[in-house]
Amino acid sequence: MKTQLAEEISGALLDECYELTLSELCRACELPAEEVLALVEEGVIEPLGQGRTQWRFSGICVRRVRRVRNLKRDLGVNLPGAALAIELLEEIEHLQAQLRRFEEQL
Amino acid sequence: MVFNKTMEYKDYYKILGLERDASQDEIKRAYRKLARKYHPDVSAETGAEDRFKEVSEAYEVLKDPEKRAAYDQLGSGWQSGQEFRPPPDWDQGFEFHGGGFTEADPEAFSDFFESLFGRGGFSPGFGGGFRREFRARGENTYARIAIDLEDSYRGATRQITLKHSELGPDGRPQLRERTLNVKIPKGVTEGQQIRLAGQGEPGFGGGDTGDLYLEIHFNPHSFYSVEGKTVYLDLPVTPWEAALGAKVRVPTPEGAVNLTVPANSATGGKLRLRGRGIPAAEPGDFYVVLKVVPPPADTESEREAYRRFGDAFDFNPRSGMGG
Repeated sequence: MKTQLAEEISGALLDECYELTLSELCRACELPAEEVLALVEEGVIEPLGQGRTQWRFSGICVRRVRRVRNLKRDLGVNLPGAALAIELLEEIEHLQAQLRRFEEQL
Repeated sequence: MVFNKTMEYKDYYKILGLERDASQDEIKRAYRKLARKYHPDVSAETGAEDRFKEVSEAYEVLKDPEKRAAYDQLGSGWQSGQEFRPPPDWDQGFEFHGGGFTEADPEAFSDFFESLFGRGGFSPGFGGGFRREFRARGENTYARIAIDLEDSYRGATRQITLKHSELGPDGRPQLRERTLNVKIPKGVTEGQQIRLAGQGEPGFGGGDTGDLYLEIHFNPHSFYSVEGKTVYLDLPVTPWEAALGAKVRVPTPEGAVNLTVPANSATGGKLRLRGRGIPAAEPGDFYVVLKVVPPPADTESEREAYRRFGDAFDFNPRSGMGG
């Protein structure tokens, strides 16, 4: 096993303010445009701007799209099923964060 | 195939919780159930990802009657984790379609799997990952990184070590380790991703290198808790501070601040420090949640103080309960 020397690198933070075009989002999630469009149709992600060439997606879409992609691929669920699953998963994450807070208060 | 090294035997039936005579339907059901439970995008449990890989590998073999028959031929006398060396002629008479190529990510599979079924068409930018068609650009890669809440307030540099396969000079894949010092930008929140351009898998035929995505998670903190950009602190106060009001010193991840507890505060009362949550582009708020802590009455004078305290009030907190 070879070890390369460490280099210091900084990246882009994909937060709410970060904007991606449709093709950037496709590349980030390694999906063809049709599949990303299907996710827009399903309401999983919402673009800003008029018309596909003007569309901008927020950086947080990357994680959502990737999770839907993985669930479809690995669990054999269809798009509406994966969309429902990530909504529920995000709700669970939110509730777990709240639960941790209330448990600390005890 | 690599036959000259030893590795641990994997009991694929046991991994899926099945008997060796399980039907193909039972195998599929068991896999689906475990995959849902341990999928890294579903489960936050530690070790879920490793468990998911193990389950996928087991299913990869058992779902395919050819591979299953070959695996079964090894016999049932093996124990999980036992040192394993495949018999030199073990796969004679079996033909694996596509050279034993797998649809799942073959790089995620164990040496044990590899020794039996090969890596299948390994070449950079081809075959690994979820799409099998030729692509010149290298694959994106993903990793999780755990940071402290304070790192998000100040920004930080974190060292991460990544393992990845590369073709060696002999044409065989070899495991390489790479250490990166990554700048964690100020203001990151749980679950956000950092994209490190050009740090993914190398491209093929002059194609670009893929990107590395780092998903941020916070280590649990001993007294702060975080929800999105909002940070909470449970602050213990004495009954007299809560009743009479007080100025108290309160820790925040940016340093201690003076805070006024208003008179007649109670447990659960929230005091907001606007904009002192996670310093994202739009900063979150910091909430101090009061928790009134009565002192124990251990000495006679302390008990006397509680008695006088009780005499001074006409107060029944259970009045609404019909008590």
